[in-house]
Amino acid sequence: MKINDVILQTITKVVVFIILTFGVELFFAGHNSPGGGFIGGLVLSSAFVLLFLVHDIETVQQGIPVDFKKVAATGVLFAVGTGVFAVLFGSAFLTQTFLTVNLPVYGETELATVLLFELGVALTVVGTVVTIILSISEDV
Amino acid sequence: MNNIIAMPVVIPLLVSIILVFLRPFIKVQRVLSLIALVATAIVSIYILNSIQMNGVLRLDFGGWKPPYGILFVADSFSVLLVLTTAIVSSIILIYAFSSIGRRYENMFFYPFVLLLIAGVNGSFLTGDLFNLFVFFEVMLLASYVLITLGGKKVQLMESIKYVAINVLSSWFFLLGIAYLYGTVGTLNMAHLSARIAEVGQGPLLTIISIIFLIVFSLKSGLLLYFWLPGSYSAPPTAIAALFGALLTKVGIYALFRTFTLIFYHEPSITHTLIGVMAAITLVGGSIGAIAYQDIRQIVSYNVVITIGFILVGLAVSTSIGIQGSVFYLVHDIIIKASLFLLAGTMIYLTGKTSIEEMSGLIRNYPLLGWLFFLTMLALAGIPPLSGFLGKLYIGQGAVEAGSYILLALAFLSGILVLYSLLRIFMNTFWGETIISEEDEIPLRKGLLLPCVLLGMMTIALGVGAEGILVYVEDAAYTLMNPEVYIDAVLEKGK
Repeated sequence: MKINDVILQTITKVVVFIILTFGVELFFAGHNSPGGGFIGGLVLSSAFVLLFLVHDIETVQQGIPVDFKKVAATGVLFAVGTGVFAVLFGSAFLTQTFLTVNLPVYGETELATVLLFELGVALTVVGTVVTIILSISEDV
Repeated sequence: MNNIIAMPVVIPLLVSIILVFLRPFIKVQRVLSLIALVATAIVSIYILNSIQMNGVLRLDFGGWKPPYGILFVADSFSVLLVLTTAIVSSIILIYAFSSIGRRYENMFFYPFVLLLIAGVNGSFLTGDLFNLFVFFEVMLLASYVLITLGGKKVQLMESIKYVAINVLSSWFFLLGIAYLYGTVGTLNMAHLSARIAEVGQGPLLTIISIIFLIVFSLKSGLLLYFWLPGSYSAPPTAIAALFGALLTKVGIYALFRTFTLIFYHEPSITHTLIGVMAAITLVGGSIGAIAYQDIRQIVSYNVVITIGFILVGLAVSTSIGIQGSVFYLVHDIIIKASLFLLAGTMIYLTGKTSIEEMSGLIRNYPLLGWLFFLTMLALAGIPPLSGFLGKLYIGQGAVEAGSYILLALAFLSGILVLYSLLRIFMNTFWGETIISEEDEIPLRKGLLLPCVLLGMMTIALGVGAEGILVYVEDAAYTLMNPEVYIDAVLEKGK
């Protein structure tokens, strides 16, 4: 049965961008206020899941030729990597640090290494959620 | 700063992630995973010696001081187990190289083994109750994958039971943690111990401690072992050996840690309960071990008996009894791996699982037969081998505490262990040979070498018991005197 989903597809084109933007916003809101890698990652992956639902898996994979298992692995590598880097600099495992810089447009900005850790978390969440959804849909 | 004590978790974890990217290169995966485990073993030897000189070590993650941050604490007990885990799992890995097959290796077998080891090591090392929960989950998730990998019908059947029971017990674990946090307001184990010592272990805390007892009993298979024989006999040999050698030991470790460090004020309730549960486990396991014909079931029930036996040491809680338990725990990781590998090899060679259908194997594979004989003697606790000292000490502890029923049950179960294995030995190795010389499957060196290595380890541990006894005594001393652990975590430190 082929259902007519023109409306859904058209709306999705717009909505996916809103979701992705909101995901990034949540991600950057991180570590000092509600938000961060896990929630941001979940929102980001919901955008991918929506794409998979509206179009079929093959079409989306042509557009985004990424192995999501590797995305998850990259994420964990980032998260553990920041911990190990702290060891290389002689502080305790998983130590995070930050530095405040004056960027031209943003003004006073805090650049924290916890961002890299959170990036790892976000990538892991996206990779895992999408892999779960894909493997469930493959079974049926 | 003791970053080194995070390494037994970080090394396997990092390597397992890297291996995901190296999926097509099986040879590289094998080499890297073996190197990771050997490196872990070397690091643990270093930590173990460092503890003897500097006392209990700790590492505050991210520099957050306890009780606010999460930390790793390394005492002799935990590092002794980490070391044994690393050595035994690398030997099992060598067995997996030539037995597990391409299909498994291609489906991320090595990354998941390393994740399992990272989870096991993390559970041994952590000093925070919630972190313990997290590492339990890391270990369990990896074990869910390993038990279902391959997707045979029996595996899927058993894994449903296994996953369901573990999810349930994890939920109880979380519940217990919530209750405990609500009652004393901390989750750092040392801080918990100090606070409970201050307010006294009232009825409420004792009930919470019983929730933890149920959780860890489910995980270790103390009394609540109904899921164990099935799930440990379903997966391929190398994975079953990893499970049989390591997974229940983590539950036992958690029981020892919580009931010597945190809830040690009401031994008349909690420790008596552990004693009763250990006694029933010994009886039930012994009945199981002599009731079945399937070699994998017999071996799995032997795991159950051991759990009861080790916990006799905790139930009596005398210094010598705890020493016996620690020693027996180390011995048992080695010998159970050996037993599972030998049983698996026998099934691989004959293609049968029932002991009635095998016979005369010693004519075809003499070395295998003698190795099984050696393992059997070690399990029964015959003097020059590694089982002896642990049994002696646990027995001595039971005598000191006057627990003669436990003593009798523990040693009766020892006889039944011997009987159940002797039954395997006589049925399968003696008698008319069933395999003619043309049909004989050659026993590859890759399968035999790990069994030989484990056999050598049990002899070395038995003969060289003096060498390891220093560490065992220190482990028991820290377990018997919680303030050593608490001081190391809360007071001094840079």
